[in-house]
Amino acid sequence: MEDQYTPGMEEDFKAEILEKYPSKLKKKRSRQIVINNIDDNGDVPQIHANTRTTPGILTMRGCSYAGCKGVVLGPTRDILQITHGPIGCGFYSWLTRRNQTRPETETSANYMPYAMSTDLQEEEIIFGGEKKLKAAIDEAVALFNPKAIGIFSTCPVGLIGDDVHAVAREMEAKYPHINIFGFSCEGYKGVSQSAGHHVANNKVFTDVVGLDDTPKEGKFRFNILGEYNIGGDAFEIERVVEKCGLTLHSTFSGNSNYQEFVSAHTVDLNTVMCHRSINYLAEMMETKYGIPWFKINFIGADATAKSLLKIAQFFGDKDLIAQTQKVIDEEMAKVKVVRDEVKARCEGKTAALFVGGSRAHHYQELFAEIGMKTIAAGYEFAHRDDYEGRKVMPSIVVDADSRNIEELTVTADPERYKQRKSDAEMEQFKKDGFAFEDYTGMMGDMENKALVIDDLNHYELEKLIEHMHPDIICAGIKEKYVVQKQGIPMKQLHSYDYMGPFAGFEGAINFYKEIDRLVHSKVFGLTKAPWETSPELSGLYGWNA
Amino acid sequence: MGSEALKLETNHAYVSNRNSCKLCAPLGACFAFRGVEGCIPLIHGSQGCATYIRRYGISHFREPIDIASSNFTETSAIFGGKQNLSTALDNVTRQYKPSVVGIASTCLSETIGDNVDMYISEYKKIREDAPALIYAATPSYSGSHMDGYHEALWALVKTLTDPEAEKGNAINLISGFVSTEDLRELHAILSSFGLSYTLLPDYSESLDGGSWEDYQKMPVGGTPVADIKAMGKAEATIYLGKAVKQERNAGYYLQNEFDIPLYSLDLPIGIELTDRFFEALEEATGNPMPTYWAKARSRLVDAYIDGHKYCSGKKAIVYGDEDFVCAMVSFLDEIGISTPLVATGAPSASFKKRIKALVRNGEAPEEILDDTDFETMLELAGGIKPELVIGNSKGYYLARNLHIPHVRCSFPIHDRIGGQRVLHLGYRGALHLFDEICNALMQAKQEAAHSGYTYI
Repeated sequence: MEDQYTPGMEEDFKAEILEKYPSKLKKKRSRQIVINNIDDNGDVPQIHANTRTTPGILTMRGCSYAGCKGVVLGPTRDILQITHGPIGCGFYSWLTRRNQTRPETETSANYMPYAMSTDLQEEEIIFGGEKKLKAAIDEAVALFNPKAIGIFSTCPVGLIGDDVHAVAREMEAKYPHINIFGFSCEGYKGVSQSAGHHVANNKVFTDVVGLDDTPKEGKFRFNILGEYNIGGDAFEIERVVEKCGLTLHSTFSGNSNYQEFVSAHTVDLNTVMCHRSINYLAEMMETKYGIPWFKINFIGADATAKSLLKIAQFFGDKDLIAQTQKVIDEEMAKVKVVRDEVKARCEGKTAALFVGGSRAHHYQELFAEIGMKTIAAGYEFAHRDDYEGRKVMPSIVVDADSRNIEELTVTADPERYKQRKSDAEMEQFKKDGFAFEDYTGMMGDMENKALVIDDLNHYELEKLIEHMHPDIICAGIKEKYVVQKQGIPMKQLHSYDYMGPFAGFEGAINFYKEIDRLVHSKVFGLTKAPWETSPELSGLYGWNA
Repeated sequence: MGSEALKLETNHAYVSNRNSCKLCAPLGACFAFRGVEGCIPLIHGSQGCATYIRRYGISHFREPIDIASSNFTETSAIFGGKQNLSTALDNVTRQYKPSVVGIASTCLSETIGDNVDMYISEYKKIREDAPALIYAATPSYSGSHMDGYHEALWALVKTLTDPEAEKGNAINLISGFVSTEDLRELHAILSSFGLSYTLLPDYSESLDGGSWEDYQKMPVGGTPVADIKAMGKAEATIYLGKAVKQERNAGYYLQNEFDIPLYSLDLPIGIELTDRFFEALEEATGNPMPTYWAKARSRLVDAYIDGHKYCSGKKAIVYGDEDFVCAMVSFLDEIGISTPLVATGAPSASFKKRIKALVRNGEAPEEILDDTDFETMLELAGGIKPELVIGNSKGYYLARNLHIPHVRCSFPIHDRIGGQRVLHLGYRGALHLFDEICNALMQAKQEAAHSGYTYI
């Protein structure tokens, strides 16, 4: 067994993995495990993504309900959410993602610690659950009189013939002051939580955004799409953008509220953090309201600085740009002190990241800032565009699993469509190399020949550890202990191991310190008892040598 | 408010479930399956179910929990999941080489009426070398995680016990859903009686193992399949937990099929219930209680005397699974803590009666609620003025709202380290709980005291 990662071992790794698979699965996985051979034009190879996991393979992926209720809508505090279905799904999505929120006042609505479910029983599976759903809505209104109610469908709902949309319409007629809408996010739809993101985007676009034309006060108003305030990330981002003089109108959906959603179309710019989960909304808002969008990234101090400057340059105000640069200089001075110290210890160490639809990309920035190299990465539920860039979108083949997720046809709003920048201005932006709708994907930012694996499974993770010995692995809780048992430090990038924030400047400092602690922890050295002399062990725990 | 007809069907004032005090059936089945050596659970339904259950179990056990899935598509949701199950079994067998696959159904497969028994028998015809396949019907619209847990045990015993088996172990001990430390305590107790025994399930190692020297595809530990096969040859069965339905009680099955005497007991929490457990062991084995346990009992009584002034007369809210709550109430009654509000999330016809029978010294609780939820508990708690909350992590917010201490027990515990290894059972379990409860009350008293003295 080799002790250290050496470039070039990726091919052997891939060959060994595939060797064990039966032919059909081998063919599929050989297109999902890709060596990042970047050609002379800078083009990356094609990867097979967003295809259904083979039954019986231990996947990291979740379901459509999780993507819709848990990810996209979960972090909003004042839309009362009702899970329509048997009890499990409502229980499992009850605060487990640890999104944070700060209500405006102590008495402002916050339903996030509250998990309401219709808890369907056998009678309702046989005779239908609509009556119970209506009763639950009645109760929600009596208890909270919320501004909005969202209904989230679990697996049996569609099959027993419950029409959550018809129930929503009927109950909205009964309570005209409350916006009531349903999501057809049954768990079996689509190939992963990604389907649920799309379902959520569609409904938020048709039933929520655009209901109130009142803008927030402020000169430079923009939204952040795809930021979910895990571990307080949104708080740090809010702190920084405010300091720069920007007005963050709404975040979808970390630390957000309903009023910000309904008036979100009044801004002049949409910025996108997690491309995978929310690019649909950005595109639809551009078509309908004329709001341009571009990709930003607040994970990594340098990336944060770059993103802030891009936003300031979009608005083009000299004072704003100057103030933004001042904030960056101030913050970076503090960042640099910690970064230099940690980098001296972590330089040359390796990381492998298997998480999300954008995090496996974004966090490579933070590792690079402390001199650590990402030797392998992959997403759980992303599509080809998140790997290879949006330019491949026209060539993506839509399979049966994705076809059942509705694609909305959107047209310009006859009254409210407003071009934010003139054609001449947009032309100038482009000349200056300022890109819009610009996600270039993860693979282009990774090293030539790096290993990219979509929908990594348990078996492959085991092989990856055996062959490549990363100094740290980042994934989710399902992978956490299988990695740690083998003597390798593991950082959860879904829940942050209940730490954070890791976004922005202060988040970067937190992350540097956390990685330093993990890769230098002495605890793994204790795994070998004094009486054990097996030479295998020193190899297995080689990271600690 | 909701329609009157619907309201009458529940014991809580609301039709909806508001902050649930129960989980779904497939979760319980998966954990029971994890307690069998060489067994991997497989959920027949959406992959999200396996992911949610793994995610949730791991947050409690802090241990890898592999659960496979048959990954339904929209097509399988319409035409049935036979092909998916077959592919899943093929792949799981190839990867893990399990000796048993424990299949749990879901609300999805049950709603469409998938006939899993038939799929299994057809699969076995094609794959003669298939591992043992156990099927637990666990629709999450029926019962709770505890029904799933007992269902899986029943399915294991019913499918695996072999009338032709040669001699088995002397005692069958079938345990309700307890902690990994509890299972280790049961091992210690049983071994001390000097007879062979089968403890089912046994996830004491498979869900609470050590650091690895080498990668483990299947976790070490679990009840050996050969032992389960021979459970029909035992001299007695002890079943810990009474909430199980008779037709799904593995001990009852062994009694009917193999004529094995069944001791149906409460979980042994506190002196009284542990005494009953040891009496049953003495009777079943014909051996007297080893002095080690007599001494542990004596130490416990001594502790009760020492700590009595801290807990006597206090009021606690207790919630969780029916069997846990019943045994905990019996223990609390023993140490002078009254339980004006006891609650369990699943519907139960026996809960009230059991609680009333177990409160022998103090007054019966004012509120004994089955089929309830945390919001209902919080609404009732105000009038009760409790001084302590006892139960899993999900009830922490009761304690936070009421500004009283919370002693974490049972499942799930994900806001403390060591939640998977809280010891509840036996005399030593009672001693541990007693210390925890007294210390929680003492800390609250100390923090509220003006003097701040360290003698309290």
